[in-house]
Amino acid sequence: MRDLAAIVGIAESEYTKWGRLTRCTEYQLALETIVAAVADAGLTMDDVDGFASFSNDRNEFSFVATDLGVPRVAWAGTTWIVGGGGACAAVGEAAAAIASGRARCVVVYRSIAMGQFRRFGRALAGDVQGVRPQDAALGFALPFGFLNATVGMALLVRRHMHLYGTSEEHLGHVAVTFRAHANRNPAAVMYGRPMTLADHAAAPRIVEPFGLLDCCLETDGANALVLVSPERARDCRHRPVHVVAAAQGSGPRWGCGAWAMQYMPEEDYATGNGRTVADDLWRAAGVGPADVDVAQLYDHYSGMVLLQLEDFGFCARGESGPFAASGALRWPDGALPTNTAGGSLSEAYVHGLNHVVEGVKQLRGTAVNQVADAELCLVASGSGIPTSALLLRRGERA
Amino acid sequence: MSAPARSPYLPPGMPLPAVTDDTRPFWDACRRHALVVQRCTACGAFRHPPTPVCWRCRRFEHEWTPLPGTGTVFSYAVVHRAFLPPLADHVPFTVAVVALDGAPGVRLVSNVVDVGPDALHVGLAVEVFFEDVTPEVSLPRFRLRRP
Repeated sequence: MRDLAAIVGIAESEYTKWGRLTRCTEYQLALETIVAAVADAGLTMDDVDGFASFSNDRNEFSFVATDLGVPRVAWAGTTWIVGGGGACAAVGEAAAAIASGRARCVVVYRSIAMGQFRRFGRALAGDVQGVRPQDAALGFALPFGFLNATVGMALLVRRHMHLYGTSEEHLGHVAVTFRAHANRNPAAVMYGRPMTLADHAAAPRIVEPFGLLDCCLETDGANALVLVSPERARDCRHRPVHVVAAAQGSGPRWGCGAWAMQYMPEEDYATGNGRTVADDLWRAAGVGPADVDVAQLYDHYSGMVLLQLEDFGFCARGESGPFAASGALRWPDGALPTNTAGGSLSEAYVHGLNHVVEGVKQLRGTAVNQVADAELCLVASGSGIPTSALLLRRGERA
Repeated sequence: MSAPARSPYLPPGMPLPAVTDDTRPFWDACRRHALVVQRCTACGAFRHPPTPVCWRCRRFEHEWTPLPGTGTVFSYAVVHRAFLPPLADHVPFTVAVVALDGAPGVRLVSNVVDVGPDALHVGLAVEVFFEDVTPEVSLPRFRLRRP
């Protein structure tokens, strides 16, 4: 089957702890990153005719396209796959727009300056304007102290611990592994900040079973990627990275996830809601988990990485804790080096678009923690909510 | 092990439920200290939180079924961080998901007020009671089931 599109340009802004982006607005950060990604591709803004983002990015394409003087927009799209679940979906939509001939060159971007707007870790209370169905749903959560995603994901992981004996130390292996990767990545917010299992265990509790070091960073940063057709990609500056397959969706009755709704079937509860997306992805790609050389998984919370490993079939249900403890996620010699730049736990929180950027670097061969001869990379977006994933393949140079 | 009950379990100033016509009967029942959930009168499936339509048969007719108020802890989280200012002196507290007896598949997000974080566990038998947090709003909370 024909690959959908190719990623030919990538860019990342500086990443800082939230609030430390003071030199420019979040909007400028988006624009700078888009310009850099187009330049990285060896293209110009005149080549760009499409835009995609996700999670209601504040920096709308109509402003971006106008201010960057894009002569002709042929396609623009965002996705209803919520929050950080939508990063791969945005790339997937862009790839579909190219594969269907609706656009020739699409920029996918996301810019988040939490310091200039709202920190994600804050309680959602107070953000409600009018009573939409989702607000009424939150009425079944907020009054009981279920105030943010941390509580929702803690509930899923706690159930997993109950069913399978997953331990807080298992979560620690995830966090410590990704930190070690970030410690070799100068761009990471946690560069130069080592972490041990003892540090992990001693960290202040946030929402048990999560301590501070199980929770993703709150940062300022932006990413952009440029996609064109696989044919056109051969003439771009770097080795192209093909989008072999993209999938998005949700299992039954997850609603907006583990939030107040709690509708999902019991056998689905202690998962990351990625099983249907994984099925679709593997089927579309014609490969399976054993073929993957490197993975970028969504690490809003360490424990959710475990659930996602199971959803995508890298280990059996209930075995992800021991799998992580075995060193499987570790670069360079683990069975499945994962979050090789440090992920949301230790590189930066760009809602998972930085995971796609790292996937591209791995397949270009330019990652700081390069997996030798990496040819296939799985990238998966936010779990425990409607979610999405990409299978990326190293392309050929002209 | 039973911790002393706090009343109210969470402090004044916590968010109150936002209500639509679809969800109002649930909250009105709480005001009367009754626990009800929606049941499809066409196929019998239970659902919660309230919605206009049945997820199983897609029919809109429904009734509000009173439940016995007993249930079992399905999962829980222990909140240590005061995500809102009123919580500053109220952490840690727990959030529990309770599977309700009499309504297969229905789970309620709530709190178990008389069991400390160290003793709370999946499978614990609990029963509902109602806390009048304002003159207009009563919240369903849970305590250890009494024999």
